[in-house]
Amino acid sequence: MQCVVTGGNVKVLAKAIHSLSRIGDELYVEPCFSLCVNQSVQTVFRSVATLEKTVEKCHIELDEAKDRLTFTLHCKHGLLKTHNLSYQDSESLQAVFDKDSYANVFRAHPRLLVDTVVHFPLSVEEVTVTVSDERMWVRNHVEDEAERSRAMLTELCLASDEFDHFAVKAHHSITFCLKELRGLLAFAESTGLLLSMYLDEPGSPVVLSVTDSVLEGNFVLATLSDDHNLCKNNNKGPDAEQPPPPDDFMNDDIDSYLIAMDTSVAPGPSAANPPTTSLAAARETPSDRHRIRRHSEEEEDGDRLPNKKFRSIFFGSVLPPSPQTSMQPVPTQEVLASNSEDETEAD
Amino acid sequence: MKFRGKIIDVACLNHFSRVITTISKLTKTCVMRLTPDNLFFVLSGKVTNGGVSMWCELHQANFFDEFQMEGVSSEFNEICLEVTPENLSRALKTVQNAKSVKVKLTKKHCPCLTVAAELPSLSSNSRVVTHDVPVEVVPRSLWHEFKEPSMPDFDVSIYLPPLKTMKNVVDRMKNLSNFLVMEANLSGEMNLKIETDLVSVTTHFKDLGNPSWGDAASQDGGASQSRDPEAMAEVRVDIRKLQQFLVGQQVNPSKAMCNIVHQSVVHLILLHDDVSLQYFIPAVA
Repeated sequence: MQCVVTGGNVKVLAKAIHSLSRIGDELYVEPCFSLCVNQSVQTVFRSVATLEKTVEKCHIELDEAKDRLTFTLHCKHGLLKTHNLSYQDSESLQAVFDKDSYANVFRAHPRLLVDTVVHFPLSVEEVTVTVSDERMWVRNHVEDEAERSRAMLTELCLASDEFDHFAVKAHHSITFCLKELRGLLAFAESTGLLLSMYLDEPGSPVVLSVTDSVLEGNFVLATLSDDHNLCKNNNKGPDAEQPPPPDDFMNDDIDSYLIAMDTSVAPGPSAANPPTTSLAAARETPSDRHRIRRHSEEEEDGDRLPNKKFRSIFFGSVLPPSPQTSMQPVPTQEVLASNSEDETEAD
Repeated sequence: MKFRGKIIDVACLNHFSRVITTISKLTKTCVMRLTPDNLFFVLSGKVTNGGVSMWCELHQANFFDEFQMEGVSSEFNEICLEVTPENLSRALKTVQNAKSVKVKLTKKHCPCLTVAAELPSLSSNSRVVTHDVPVEVVPRSLWHEFKEPSMPDFDVSIYLPPLKTMKNVVDRMKNLSNFLVMEANLSGEMNLKIETDLVSVTTHFKDLGNPSWGDAASQDGGASQSRDPEAMAEVRVDIRKLQQFLVGQQVNPSKAMCNIVHQSVVHLILLHDDVSLQYFIPAVA
């Protein structure tokens, strides 16, 4: 695999990576098959401001023989910075969602939601979004009764005419993590694009997307399912400690959620999904996973949302994959820069 | 019991928020007393807070454009609530650009102070954000614990040096010792001293000036009149308490002074245009 990112798009890629890093520690790269690249990719795109000024293009190349993913930044004055990152093969995971079938669709400038979440203290972990025909309420979610008498409850009400598009078919109320929302809003705001929000029943993931001619980003966040009494039922994953997975993943977090996957559920992506080449991997239905996870966590904190690692981000090019691009001759280049990361960027 | 107050002026809102933020830095919880004319934030000196006590007084008319309250009864036309000022501070911080802010006593899942702000929005309707801050009603039987403190029979009264300078000095001294001696005399001199096995450090302040308390001082049994102006009255205090007081001050007061009762208590008084704050730090052995 090889691809070239030029000019201003390098900044977009960098911002996307920064945004993703606020959500999870692992980055799944999916050109034709899945890879797993650890957080060092963020250091490649460390300073967005500097990148903007100095980088002319970014060349990404996969060397399967050496298990290496190479980022080469072509900078001004003929400077080449090469970063060699190791990766691990991983299974391709697909999030099952069909945002076009969702009951409720909203579209607004990300600023609207940014101005909304600013009212919640940083300690707030989850928010509940409730919609009616003309209004959207956002309030912080409080776990248990004891906390309720101590915690401050904050609620913001947005009118439908603050949105560019506000279509409600079903009055739902969903709860999901605020931290991830803040991360994706920062990215969405920086793109200058409108943010679309697809909201369905509790348990179904909420999908937030930004789209333009060269970029499509879907942020899929798990939501609390309605049934808080589920933990009383008997369980599929009995222990809080998940047994190690069959594959050789090194990261515990991936282990735990992969094992929690219910393999009986996992239909392929629906036909409604656009035929994009997605760059990131995902996982199965959040609601299924959430249910399984809750059994194992009933000893712990009650109604917690699933492990926050379970987010999938899709970034894809909306251009049809061109046979030419994949066969473009790559100029042979010597690797000029070493692996060591230099803090100061040469200008 | 009813309470509803509304702030429209942006400067008043800002000022009110800063007062609440200062209180939140001084104590985790305190009692808020509401009367028709005033708001008080009170911390009564208990063992649990190291004997420190606080009295902060605001004239409601200087902050609120509308203010209505009905106390527990017509005889006792007052409301006494235990609050966590940090929650109030957080609620107010994010609504500084509001068109108006209402503070009211409500009953949700428990008694709450609700801060409701009308924010500018893109649509014809305003955006409304509400923060419900849980409070506890203080029963009348306990009201006597939250009375205005009486002025102590002090030995020396002196104006404080600039609070920022004091804070810098105390911050550094805190690294060396847990206790600090504050001493001052009627010649406008104040010293902050620490002493450990290895080192002793003293910072001297001069020409601070001594407030004259007028009749009260001169009638004060002659003790202060005949007092040697050079003689120092001192109190040894827990340095963290003094530091906590200094850390919270965000705005320079119009007047800042300190009354010292020898080996007993330090009484700090800050006066701003609309609000006064008194803080008592007891002596430690």
